[in-house]
Amino acid sequence: MYNSNKKNLIKLTPIEVIDLSVSLGKDLILDKVSCSIKNNSITLVIGPNGAGKSIFLQTINGLTNIDNGKITFNKIYNNDEIRNKQAMVFQTPTLLRRNVKSNMDFVCNVKNKNGKLIIKNILKRVGLEGYDDKPARLLSGGEKQRLSLARALLIEPSVLLLDEPTANLDPFSLKLIEEIILEESKKGATIILTTHDMAQAKRLASDIIFFNKGKILEQTEANAFFRNPLTKEAKKYINGEILL
Amino acid sequence: MNILQEAFEKSFELVFTLNEDLFEILLLSLKVSGISLVLSCLIGLPLGTFLAIKSFWGKDEFLVLFNTMMGLPPVVVGLIVYLLVSRSGPFGWLGILYTPTAMIIAQMILITPIIVSLTSQIIEEISQEYKSLFASLVVPSHKAIIAYLFDARYSILTVVLAGFGRAISEVGAVIIVGGNIDHLTRVMTTTIALETSKGNLSLALALGIILLSIALTTNFILIRLKIGAKRRMYV
Repeated sequence: MYNSNKKNLIKLTPIEVIDLSVSLGKDLILDKVSCSIKNNSITLVIGPNGAGKSIFLQTINGLTNIDNGKITFNKIYNNDEIRNKQAMVFQTPTLLRRNVKSNMDFVCNVKNKNGKLIIKNILKRVGLEGYDDKPARLLSGGEKQRLSLARALLIEPSVLLLDEPTANLDPFSLKLIEEIILEESKKGATIILTTHDMAQAKRLASDIIFFNKGKILEQTEANAFFRNPLTKEAKKYINGEILL
Repeated sequence: MNILQEAFEKSFELVFTLNEDLFEILLLSLKVSGISLVLSCLIGLPLGTFLAIKSFWGKDEFLVLFNTMMGLPPVVVGLIVYLLVSRSGPFGWLGILYTPTAMIIAQMILITPIIVSLTSQIIEEISQEYKSLFASLVVPSHKAIIAYLFDARYSILTVVLAGFGRAISEVGAVIIVGGNIDHLTRVMTTTIALETSKGNLSLALALGIILLSIALTTNFILIRLKIGAKRRMYV
């Protein structure tokens, strides 16, 4: 049964993003974006394709170079110690060319954890109990994403970054992943998640960051955003209209 | 009698009568190729991995050099090693000309570039595949390298086999530096060359069939391993 006791997490929040600009080659992907992510929030990053959501997540995780601006975690710049307390789930999961258990063991090995029992519990949590010996790359799309999430949970992250974790998944996987997100939030993790699924955003979000063309147009509480979006772009996006 | 039929009969006779000369030659062939392969792997696997994952000035030139060296003509390598280890050469004092050691060195020069180039390609591919994940997990370099080599093990086995194939089938270099001396440096390929020049074609062909059987068996085992790995998507 899920234990709702809050974990003893290193405090990485608030995450302050100040005037952040990121380029890939000659393309400016993030253009002087600023926002603040509160402790223990579930922040949904939404916006049309190419708006910069995934790069925003990757930059928080320290995977891309910053042109200008800064990101601080509880007033400290990103470093390996901080990054070791973050976990990222990519939209397309990269799984090692090994079986399920070895994929989990690898994370334990990297993080110097003795995780035999933890692995068993986490695999059970994500619905992959009994899959230990199954080759990871032979799993279905939903199972792959759940394994990717299981690896992230193994880190016991203070900040969990999820890049469209439920895109193209079946209802079972979607429900399971959403439940785990809520459980992790209850345990004290701060969660940042990108999605195109407005229903999911309404179900999960405590806060919303709305991106368009590399800029943050809105950051507000979820209820306020869906009740009364401030920009015409956000209104259009919520109503399913095409943003040009 | 048909020369092919005669050769097959001869090869069976040599194998099943446990011909002493044949097994001496065969064991020396396997020993020379095996040792040169192990030494080449000890150099080639780390070097190939280094070239795949590190960025430095002149890296592309290094890769071009190793790629070019994959096609080194064995006789040229044999000649260079001969000049180096002959009595008047810079390493003449070692006294290794016409010994298996000189043959091992020549074969190492031939197969190390194959191991380096192919390993580099394989590791580059897998490191690109794992790049974001490993960066996100903050995987230390040494653990990343172990993971690349472990997860690419089936592909690397193919590389090793390619090196072994080149070594065991090579004749030009070993005949120059080994001298094809009976009971000392005579290996399968140099024996085949000798018997052919003597006009003893059926014996030469019989030895060729035995050599081919070794290569086929090794390949078969490896292909079976790789098919199993592919089925589990480990390749």
